[in-house]
Amino acid sequence: MTATATSPSATILPFAEPLKAVRDTRPLRLITCGSVDDGKSTLIGRLLWDTKAVKEDQAATLARDSGSQNDLGLPDFALLLDGLQAEREQGITIDVAYRYFSTDRRSFIVADTPGHEQYTRNMATGASTADLAILLADARAGLLEQTRRHATIAALMGIRQFVLAVNKIDLVHYDKAVFDRISHDFREFALSLGVRQITAIPMSALKGENVVYPADASMPWYDGPTLVEALELATVRSTQAGGFRLPVQRVVRPGESFRGYQGTVAGGSVKPGDSVVILPSGTIANVSRIVTFDLVRNAAVAGDAITLVLDRQVDVARGDVIVSLDGQPMTGHHFDAQLVSLQPGGIEPGRRYWLKSGSRRQRVAVEPISQLELATGKWQPHASTLAMNAIGKVRLSFEELAVFDAYDQNRSTGAFILIDPDTLNTVAGGMIIAKRAEVGGIHREDQRVVLSLPADLAEQLMASELFANRRDETEIKRMTAKQAAELFSNAGGDI
Amino acid sequence: MPLSVQETEVKNPPVSRPPLDPHLKALENEAIHIFREVAAEFEKPVMLYSIGKDSSVLLHLARKAFYPGRVPFPLLHVDTTWKFKEMIEFRDEIAEKYDLDLVVHTNPRGAEEGITPFSHGSALYTDIMKTEALRQALDAGGYDAAFGGARRDEEASRAKERIYSFRTPDHKWDPRNQRPELWNVYNGMVRKGESVRAFPLSNWTEVDIWRYIQAEDIPLVPLYYAAERPYVERDGMMILAEDPRLELKPGETVQHGMIRFRTLGCFPLTGAIRSTASNLEEVIAELEIATVSERQGRAIDRDQSGSMEKKKREGYF
Ligand SMILES: Nc1nc2c(ncn2[C@@H]2O[C@H](COP(=O)(O)OP(=O)(O)OP(=O)(O)O)[C@@H](O)[C@H]2O)c(=O)[nH]1
Ligand SMILES: [Mg+2]
Repeated sequence: MTATATSPSATILPFAEPLKAVRDTRPLRLITCGSVDDGKSTLIGRLLWDTKAVKEDQAATLARDSGSQNDLGLPDFALLLDGLQAEREQGITIDVAYRYFSTDRRSFIVADTPGHEQYTRNMATGASTADLAILLADARAGLLEQTRRHATIAALMGIRQFVLAVNKIDLVHYDKAVFDRISHDFREFALSLGVRQITAIPMSALKGENVVYPADASMPWYDGPTLVEALELATVRSTQAGGFRLPVQRVVRPGESFRGYQGTVAGGSVKPGDSVVILPSGTIANVSRIVTFDLVRNAAVAGDAITLVLDRQVDVARGDVIVSLDGQPMTGHHFDAQLVSLQPGGIEPGRRYWLKSGSRRQRVAVEPISQLELATGKWQPHASTLAMNAIGKVRLSFEELAVFDAYDQNRSTGAFILIDPDTLNTVAGGMIIAKRAEVGGIHREDQRVVLSLPADLAEQLMASELFANRRDETEIKRMTAKQAAELFSNAGGDI
Repeated sequence: MPLSVQETEVKNPPVSRPPLDPHLKALENEAIHIFREVAAEFEKPVMLYSIGKDSSVLLHLARKAFYPGRVPFPLLHVDTTWKFKEMIEFRDEIAEKYDLDLVVHTNPRGAEEGITPFSHGSALYTDIMKTEALRQALDAGGYDAAFGGARRDEEASRAKERIYSFRTPDHKWDPRNQRPELWNVYNGMVRKGESVRAFPLSNWTEVDIWRYIQAEDIPLVPLYYAAERPYVERDGMMILAEDPRLELKPGETVQHGMIRFRTLGCFPLTGAIRSTASNLEEVIAELEIATVSERQGRAIDRDQSGSMEKKKREGYF
């Protein structure tokens, strides 16, 4: 590394300020994402710098390592994130870097993800736990296919808050029209992903404009928040909706008389006296105590790591899920899911993988159904291998009963990974859509079935790709409930 | 219905404390989850115990995770024989007090070949007495998972590491090809000989560690608190001068002053800081206005950017 142009380290030292983050909530978890070289690492480096999270010795190392990579005499902020030798040599990010910083309003965990398509799996790693995504676009290039891929993966993984950072605005002469066009394009695209919470900010990560400090001089036309202001206003993912869920990690039996089930509450809440069901067996019991090291508790909520004691001797093992009697998860042998394929071999139809969800690991066969075409945003039928980085819909088939919630109901009990049985590597991350109902016995040669359904349900059925693909084989008429009842009284036998 | 002590086999049952703030609570929950998951999935886990503040927090969390049961794995201390005297005393006290299985390993090459931090330089010494010693101990124990107290905020290559960090049979880390790690669903499948290093404190910062120590009243080696101590200035570091093996070089004198340590390791390689913070409150107050990072006092981390990654690839924690 050559010496930096901004040599006297004293001139670039941030001054230290007491840390005084309010700690009345857990930290906000966020990621940066977007295409390669759009400035993600530079942005987070700048954010750390301007929030005084960089210490003097680290600043001195940064000054030493920064080449003359920009003509503004600024340090190469990306080096605060790109900590691997290979990353520094190639000037790209390869794997996620996790960093921690705080303002006086709240604290943050940020995952800086790689833009390079080859390392999409590492972006997915960062996205899976995030509350918010900062999606970067280079002002000169706008939205690229990789920008769309990252936005799609982030949305699939349940991120509902986006900051669109139109970066390198300094390189397009702070042109408002460029900013407006890219933000408009993104809002349109995001709508197709079901994302509505978007804050678009014109930014220069390198120069620190609209990151922590506003840029009234260079962008008088922008009156929205800076990045930090937007982050301070974001919400942490709320507690999982629905009933109580405790995936059992281990059974603890320190003595003859004590038997407890240890795990992290993955949804809802529990208190002594509650009736619970153990899945998949279906056994029912009551909670007698919630034990933690800090003595006995009178309630536990999602996120709490606890030990549960039941009122009777029942058979509970690691991998079981203890759930509330009301609002149980789905159990079945067939589920539909979305997944992101993460390794070079792809996900092969019919192959048996290990599936891990919560503390449960079981065998599963995976059948691809369709694949998302990034350019158009459309799902195309696809039954062959889902190649690396593909986003697909699949059917999961289990030999043993499986227990899930839909991912949009519970980000914990609806999530899973696939493990290749040969390499033992993690090859996919997946999100449960729904249980596949096994109706059976309806299909007969040449026969037709007449259904009478509420219009809203018909609309959902017709929106499915399965239906859309065979739309020309169907007949549809609209009528009142009364008319339908009359028509049906004259129709063939019930199914 | 309070849990009676007779019912459990835990020594030193816990006392009631005010609840943690949501930030620390979230970090604690995550760490406990990781402890339980590793203990359930691996055949033979071990916990690296280096006696410092992070290890002390790690141990406290392990005790919480498995309560009311015992910590279901041994603690491994890699003793270079150059640790601070107070560290070793503290280690033995804690093992006794909490009824822990403690395994201590020293690389025999140290004594056989006379390898010391003075005679062989910090890089070679660390490589043999820490990294190689660790590999020996892990192989000897046949451990397939090893907990460590490393935090991502410590250093740039640590910031890249997974919570389950996969190792080849010869303990190598391949940072360019880490397993994806989604949500809190950890992939604990390894073949014979392969292992993972598990890091329950990954998402903790130095300030979190200290605030947790305060909230949970966790005992620490007294060297973390300022006191009047003898020291020698060498290579810009203040080295504690109490061990007779420290030989003064020409021009060096033993001085006395109020000093303390931000991290603890081998005494010849660990620099003290000048400080009057003699209790927890003062340490935290000092930390919150600190302008340099904690690793600045460690000779082995200062060599060059990328030196930690290199050591980690070879099997260092
Ligand atoms: N002029 C200008 N240059 C910028 C800005 N932001 C980043 N850059 C430069 O863009 C280049 C790429 O920046 P990085 O931060 O490494 O990009 P990245 O998005 O992290 O790249 P990957 O992680 O490899 O995908 C560097 O040379 C930066 O200095 C900006 O706002 N203005
Ligand atoms: Mg980057």
